[in-house]
Amino acid sequence: MNTVILLTLTGLGLAALYFLVASGLSLVFGLADVLNFAHGLFLGVGAYATWWAAGNLPGAGPDGFGFVLAVAFGVLAGTVVAVLVELVLIRPLYSRTIEQVLVTVGLSLAGVALLQATWGADARPFDRPAWTREVTSILGAKVSNALLLLIIAAVLVLGGLLAFLRFTRYGLVIRAGVENREMVTALGIDVRKAFTLVFAIGGAAAALAGALGGVYFGTVSPGQGGSLLIFAFIVVVIGGMGSVVGSAYAAVVVGLLQQFVNYYGTTGLGDLCVVGLLAVVLLLRPQGLAGKVATA
Amino acid sequence: MTEVKSPEVPAPPAAVPDELTPGHARWHGLRPYLPLLALVVAVILPYSTVNLPGVFEGPLNSPGTLQLLAICLVFGGLAAGYDLLFGRTGMLSFGHALFFAVGVYGTAILVTKVGLPLWQAALFTVVGGTILAALLGAVALRTVGIAFAMVTLAFAQVGAILVARNFGGLTGGEEGLTLDVSGLPSALVGVANTVNLYWLALAYLALVVFVVHRVSMSPTGRVLAGLRDDERRIGVLGLDPYRFKLVAFTLAGGLASAGGVVYSLLVGASPHVTSSELTLSLLVMVVLGGPGTRWGPVLGGILYMYLDHRLTAFGSSDAVNSLPAFLSHPLSQPLFVLGTVFILAVYFFPGGLASLRTRLHPLLTTLSRRP
Repeated sequence: MNTVILLTLTGLGLAALYFLVASGLSLVFGLADVLNFAHGLFLGVGAYATWWAAGNLPGAGPDGFGFVLAVAFGVLAGTVVAVLVELVLIRPLYSRTIEQVLVTVGLSLAGVALLQATWGADARPFDRPAWTREVTSILGAKVSNALLLLIIAAVLVLGGLLAFLRFTRYGLVIRAGVENREMVTALGIDVRKAFTLVFAIGGAAAALAGALGGVYFGTVSPGQGGSLLIFAFIVVVIGGMGSVVGSAYAAVVVGLLQQFVNYYGTTGLGDLCVVGLLAVVLLLRPQGLAGKVATA
Repeated sequence: MTEVKSPEVPAPPAAVPDELTPGHARWHGLRPYLPLLALVVAVILPYSTVNLPGVFEGPLNSPGTLQLLAICLVFGGLAAGYDLLFGRTGMLSFGHALFFAVGVYGTAILVTKVGLPLWQAALFTVVGGTILAALLGAVALRTVGIAFAMVTLAFAQVGAILVARNFGGLTGGEEGLTLDVSGLPSALVGVANTVNLYWLALAYLALVVFVVHRVSMSPTGRVLAGLRDDERRIGVLGLDPYRFKLVAFTLAGGLASAGGVVYSLLVGASPHVTSSELTLSLLVMVVLGGPGTRWGPVLGGILYMYLDHRLTAFGSSDAVNSLPAFLSHPLSQPLFVLGTVFILAVYFFPGGLASLRTRLHPLLTTLSRRP
């Protein structure tokens, strides 16, 4: 029983990481039709900025309030990079989808290489608060606090995003834009502002995933974003592009499936099962669990 | 086709434009033979001992230089094969690395672990890679656009996982697999015989260019171009887009696994070839060279691999190291330079290297008219 609870919670932790990356990807794809390969870069920027701030920023540190400040700095850095990418690189190529994908591909190659050039290819140890290294006993299973932090953060982000989408004017514009962009433009609303906003939200969520993932894994490395990104893509497609709730469901399904099969089967089998699930979903329900048709 | 008879009006004598002066015409007659000429030059290249300082480390016939050239040629062929999907049919596949990896690992495993002679291993690998491409293509092509890109990316990820997890000790996991040379013909073994591998790589490139050219000139190729431009129209004409795309996907997969066989002989198998970055770099090669052109992807592939290898040496050279740290560190990363060049190319040279001549034409004519 303990094992099942532990596996469920680690699966949910993984799902939290996937969701933080996938929610931004999903909104960006739903609204702007941009398949953003540079999303892993935002994650890397968040992780490295948090790591840097914990050591160098005055007032920030690896413990207590200083840690909150460090994470806030990391999230801010990710957001700024995401907004700059949208304004400088994506916006001039408005509605030329393939070129936008190509630019983000180039950016992911160049950006990761830049991180590697600045801080080296090897993983750096992450200074984290002492309490995240301890464990909490939940129903008899000993669960790492970093994992719980990750899950709580993802739930908060999910709640915040849903509230933002449902109760604010910009949220309304974004929801309408995912549904039918031309109509929103025809009503005289500048949908490009919403693009920038969505990039900022996605960048912030990915940077948060980078910072908290750094706390969870205990290290930061330049390639971290890339390996998460592929599974985040799978989560987006399974969940339905443009749907935050769909991403959340799909992240939970993918995370749990991966953990349980990897534990009870051989290592690696869980990853294969996830890809199998993707193939099944695409063939039976191409629009994903919840969302607009993925083939546009 | 019925020809409309035009009234018998003698055509006015056309003024000879400046570009068609006799000197130009003589060179125009030679143009169809230029690829042949390039091939001959490439074939006899290993006999030259010319030393190109800065371009290559040793003389042209040194094994190190020939190895680098051979890798470049394999990737030139690989990019040309990928262009059959991306540039000529308009399919954005992110899983092309899978078929290349099947070629690389298939050869290495069949030769080293099973002990087959090379020609049988190569035959099985290429046939297997082609069949795999047909099967996966049959599933993946039920989706289109971005979803297709995602499915192929996921399939390639399965390949990467299988190789990395090292099921049954077949793939060697992270360390990769070195080819067992005792089962290979002696002409392909040893540093002194690198030249034979170079010719093999050249033959592969020539084969791919020939096949892609023949396919794109055939009626099938015209249907593929039609699919790229407007898929619905092909459907309306009564042709099945699915079948034609499957043919292109299978053919490109088979060509890629053949390239994998050559690469396996050249370098051996390492898990790097299964990574999605390889597909992304193929995309970069094709776009840099010029998608949908005959020579663009080949040039792009050769140039990309050359830069990828040589920029490492350039990055650790004195000229770069003497720069301030914020410049020298990024410049020592080949991928940073290539990624930046790629982004600039997407913005300013959408047609890639192949369009450079037409783009520079106005500039050249103004320059030549000035004196």
